[in-house]
Amino acid sequence: MESTFLQWLAEPGLTHYLMVSAILFSLGLLAVISRKNVIMVLMGVELILNSANLNFIAFSRFTELALDGQMIALFVIIIAAAEAAVALAIVLNIYNRFKTINLNEISLMKG
Amino acid sequence: MLIQLSLIILLAPMLGFLVLIFAGKKLPRNGDWFATGLITLSFALSLYLLITKLTLHHGEAITGTMTWVVLGNAAEAGSLTVPFGIMIDNLAAVMLVVVTLISMLVHFFSVGYMHGDVRYSRYYAYLGLFSFSMLGIVLTDNLLMMYIFWELVGISSYLLIGHWYEKKSASNAANKAFIVNRIGDAGMFIGIMILFASFSTFAFGAIFDTVAAGNLPFNSTAWLTAAGVLIFCGAVGKSAQFPLHVWLPDAMEGPTPISALIHAATMVAAGVYLVARVFPILTADALLIIAYIGAITALIAATIAITQFDIKKVLAYSTISQLGYMIMGLGVGAYTAGFMHLVTHASFKAGLFLGAGSVIYAMHNALHKKNDHHTDAQDIRNMGGLKSRMPVTYWTFLIFTLAISGIPLTSGFLSKDEILAGTLAFGTLSGHWLLPIIGFAVAGLTAFYMFRLLILTFHGKHAGTTSLDDVVESPKVMTIPLMVLGALSLFVFYSFNPFGASSGWFFAAIERPASVVPALMQPATSAVFHDAVSSMHTLAMVLSILIAAAGVLFALAVYQWNKVSADRMASSLGFMYRGSLNKWYFDEMYGSVFVNGTIGITKILRWFDENIVDGAVNGAATVTSRISVVSRWFDNTVVDGLVNLSARLTEMTGTLLGKIQTGKVQTYFIYIVFSFIVLFFLFI
Repeated sequence: MESTFLQWLAEPGLTHYLMVSAILFSLGLLAVISRKNVIMVLMGVELILNSANLNFIAFSRFTELALDGQMIALFVIIIAAAEAAVALAIVLNIYNRFKTINLNEISLMKG
Repeated sequence: MLIQLSLIILLAPMLGFLVLIFAGKKLPRNGDWFATGLITLSFALSLYLLITKLTLHHGEAITGTMTWVVLGNAAEAGSLTVPFGIMIDNLAAVMLVVVTLISMLVHFFSVGYMHGDVRYSRYYAYLGLFSFSMLGIVLTDNLLMMYIFWELVGISSYLLIGHWYEKKSASNAANKAFIVNRIGDAGMFIGIMILFASFSTFAFGAIFDTVAAGNLPFNSTAWLTAAGVLIFCGAVGKSAQFPLHVWLPDAMEGPTPISALIHAATMVAAGVYLVARVFPILTADALLIIAYIGAITALIAATIAITQFDIKKVLAYSTISQLGYMIMGLGVGAYTAGFMHLVTHASFKAGLFLGAGSVIYAMHNALHKKNDHHTDAQDIRNMGGLKSRMPVTYWTFLIFTLAISGIPLTSGFLSKDEILAGTLAFGTLSGHWLLPIIGFAVAGLTAFYMFRLLILTFHGKHAGTTSLDDVVESPKVMTIPLMVLGALSLFVFYSFNPFGASSGWFFAAIERPASVVPALMQPATSAVFHDAVSSMHTLAMVLSILIAAAGVLFALAVYQWNKVSADRMASSLGFMYRGSLNKWYFDEMYGSVFVNGTIGITKILRWFDENIVDGAVNGAATVTSRISVVSRWFDNTVVDGLVNLSARLTEMTGTLLGKIQTGKVQTYFIYIVFSFIVLFFLFI
């Protein structure tokens, strides 16, 4: 049992990548949910996006899909860059308006 | 030609009315000259018409008709037309002269009497309307037009009696005259309708012809009698016959010249004229009723006149009494005598009233000089001794008094004598001896009370507060009419024989029309009646002179020579005296029976209104308000409750859901993630 686990660790395959990706996703999700700073939340979003990228590439590497995954990963990186630009502009506006970027204090839509 | 003339006579006073009512105040002198001029024109034309009629067209009646209204044209009904027609027979021609003459003299007299009155032009306007209405009654040839003019007389008498309507008594008297007349008019209208329903015509000639041909209303002589009596009801009202005589004394509240006009020529004469007009269709029964009504009226009014102290009241009751004579004369068949009494009475009664007016005018001015506004200027107890101060008034008044008392050489003697002879003849023919007895008794009473009036007013010492020097004779415009009427009260104008009217032009001109009712119901024919009158004439004359002389002598004995004390007589005849003084309590009786009866009924009706009708309305209101309370509760609780409930539910839901809306982005994100996980496990 011990030996099969170590053996499994020694021979990296698809599952390993997927697990790293899952950990990355979870960390991103945790950042998005729990951080009060908007910038930190954006960083969490980046983590989530990158975990997806990791998945794409891993599936592309271990299956018959050729370079499709890598292509889509490139697209995601580009879109993430655009998303970061738009999001940072929004954050700037939020700051201009509320003089804070603490998400707990930005609750105008509270019912 | 004569028809056109009569139209001018008829319409001239109407023109005066129209001009004066609209423009009277703008005319110089308020237009009295205009009205007086028009009525003088009417009089002149009437006189010309009478002379022409009597000389050129003696026997025939001149008629002219035009269709006025056509009532339906169904073939089976025949076309019912209402004609506007004029009929001038000798009766109408004589009556025209009487009406216009008296009216003209009253116009002249009023220039003096009504001088300075607040509604001077209106007074003349109404005089015109009054004359017009009366001339219409005289000229018309059918019952409907007569009824219309009849009512016009009623309304114009109402307006004139109430001329001084600021006085409560005057407006009451006007109302009373109008309302009492309506009672009679209702009967007259029913009578006219009985004839119209059976014969489909209003025209006198056509009705007489139909009855003469043997057609009776509803094929019964009883209905013919009823129609006659009902039409006579109109005359009972207008001519102030018992039991509707009560309005006439009250009508004294009007200006005195109006009293003269009403009593002499216009209103009260209308009733007698009506009876004369419909005379041919009156059955013997109807005539008997008419005769007795006349006799009762004459007696009652004469007994009341004896004790009155108001100069105009005495004259008013004497008018009623004399009207009773006329009606009795017509009733017994003394047609010409009855109508002649109307004509002669017109001149001397107009004279008496204008004379009384002259006295009142003088007394009023004398009282005014003394600044005395409480003493009654009409009470003969305040007069006396006026003879020396008002000679013209006195001498004319004396002539009129002689005439009404039936002293020979006057016109009144001629006509009264003929009526009394007629009642005697009727007594011999039918056995109703009560009528001549009443007739002669009333003749004596008349002589007595008229001389009492004359003596208390003009003879003896002056009584009352005024000094005799303040009483002056009235102006010429008032005394000249008196002199004219005084002259007309002499016998020569009616017959050249002072002791018999039957040889004069009047009896030749006015002949009793032949009765058209079936032979069984006919009164005694003219010829039979005439023979009976001839045999009774001397007796009647002697008796009437004796009785009149007795009446005059008794009056002289009591009031001039003081041989008999009036007070002692009054106390010894206590019951009779009080009854007479209080006018036999007719007003009180009518007051308690009819007026209070009406008031009683209205009280019951008011109770009914207030309790039953108002109760029903109020009950409905209460029920509605109760129902509305319930429905308000339903609305407030159930309907509003549902609406509010839904609102509240919505609000609760909103509040609940609002709790989820924290406004924090991360919360929403958690929801998304959580939902995603749930969906993931549900679908995969």
